[in-house]
Amino acid sequence: MNTFTTNMQLVYVLAAACFVVGLHLMNSPATARRGNQVSTAGMIIAVLATLVLMIHEGTVTAVGWTVLIVGTLLGSAVGLWSARTVQMTAMPQLVSMFNAVGGGAAALVAVYGYIHDESAAGGVLGSTTVFTVLDVLIGSVTFTGSLIAAGKLQGIITGSPVMIKGGRLITAALVVVGIGSAAFMLTTASLPALLLVVLASLAFGVLMVLPIGGADMPVVISLLNAFTGTAVAMAGFVINNWALIIAGALVGASGGILTKLMADAMNRSLGNIMLGGFGTGDTAIAAAVSGDVQVRSIAADDAAIQLAYASKVIIVPGYGLAAAQAQHGVAELAAVLEQRGVEVSYAIHPVAGRMPGHMNVLLAEANVPYPQLKEMDEINPEFPRADVALVIGANDVTNPAARRPGNAVSGMPILDVDQAQSIIVVKRSMGTGYAGIDNELYTNPKTSMYFADAKKAVAEMTAAVKTLVG
Amino acid sequence: MSTALVTDLTIFVLALLVGIEVIGKVPATLHTPLMSAANSIHGIVLVGALLIGATAHTAVGYILAFVAAFFAAANVVGGYVVTGRMLKMFRRKAPVQAAEPKVPVGAGAEHQSREVGR
Repeated sequence: MNTFTTNMQLVYVLAAACFVVGLHLMNSPATARRGNQVSTAGMIIAVLATLVLMIHEGTVTAVGWTVLIVGTLLGSAVGLWSARTVQMTAMPQLVSMFNAVGGGAAALVAVYGYIHDESAAGGVLGSTTVFTVLDVLIGSVTFTGSLIAAGKLQGIITGSPVMIKGGRLITAALVVVGIGSAAFMLTTASLPALLLVVLASLAFGVLMVLPIGGADMPVVISLLNAFTGTAVAMAGFVINNWALIIAGALVGASGGILTKLMADAMNRSLGNIMLGGFGTGDTAIAAAVSGDVQVRSIAADDAAIQLAYASKVIIVPGYGLAAAQAQHGVAELAAVLEQRGVEVSYAIHPVAGRMPGHMNVLLAEANVPYPQLKEMDEINPEFPRADVALVIGANDVTNPAARRPGNAVSGMPILDVDQAQSIIVVKRSMGTGYAGIDNELYTNPKTSMYFADAKKAVAEMTAAVKTLVG
Repeated sequence: MSTALVTDLTIFVLALLVGIEVIGKVPATLHTPLMSAANSIHGIVLVGALLIGATAHTAVGYILAFVAAFFAAANVVGGYVVTGRMLKMFRRKAPVQAAEPKVPVGAGAEHQSREVGR
């Protein structure tokens, strides 16, 4: 390592330090924007340093420059366009797509390195081969896995678990082929083996995510995020670049922490989630009310009166709110209530929505101040003081059955909605949630069911509050 | 194992621990922007894509460099822009409502004292 490349590594370390500081500033919404700016500055430093390095080396061909510049510009344009136009409800898809391209790029770096070294004198085998292999494995799995996850979130692929006949067997075979060829690559330089690793990993990514249902997506996205980070770190080992190693490790840690938080919030192990959902999936909305269950339904006017004369209302949003794009309507209803002096807050379950923190972003978009968004541990003691708990599009995370052993949601931390003085549940039907079991909250004598699409229901209630008691 | 590799491994492990320490404190409210920020940070793979393009001199090499640069650039630019867009929305206080709140007329009897809480 000569002086120039040593100095370059130091610049890369500076960039990496910016990433750490940037993430540290994410500890509070007040400083988070600055964090993103610091992190952006780090990225610009790293890219500029790389350009300087490339010019200094002087080995880049004219075609090489053209390819890189056109590729980077096109990619930037696509990234910019999607970031500007994406709806907040579609954030999980976009994050998943970024995971896909990040993992894909990391895998390509390793594939290129392998091909390049093989044609060079001295062969390909070296101390970094193990990282090349890991990068290709993880990067390829992330690429297709994230694409499938994005497809599921976008609704292109069904959100319910897809079980392929003999899928487990095929998956097992892919693992054997992938790991086998990978191990072979460690001892013998072989392009066909590399190709086999790539193909097996790509197929494995598809089969890994297909059987996972929509409500488990917060875990899947977090896990794929961790994978991408790890793949990028491995790419850093391959090209001996500290910025990639540190950045990849940071992302790996972030994804890992979020994966654990999400899995804990569902009281399920990662293995259990990855091996397929609760079985039924979360699309069983058409189920009819069973005859012997006593359910009280409510109309907009009655709901409006309850809400308008309450002194404390807790709104419990779930994926149904995002699916119906009802966040602005909910914020308007809350604003009307607050004008009457009602204290309104939001109870956010960690796995509400399709990615970690999904509900918070949606409500922030609708101009809800973030101090009103309460985490589960913070809001649960407040439910007994709430006159009305308004549940909008949330299901399993409110089911009191979770406190008892012996059912699909047992042990899952839930929002104590049933402790509120009265409960209004906005829901399209009596269909079961993702866990496939009836929600005992709905048959609670304190509960009234408001059967409607979330957006429509919220608009009706807002109008009713304004006219009836306005 | 070469010294360079040991150094790389050391850096990796320490960065992992730093990440766990720093990110463990991020509140749930910011989990989506956090993941998005992490997403833009792994866009650093753009540096890797550029470096492979720097040594490419075959058709296969160019194609791989092109795709990698395309992917990584989309990742890094899109990631930072969307993270910034999200964080801009987080406010401590509600913005001043543009629409004039409906002033109730002739509904005095229905009003309760908490109306002043406004």
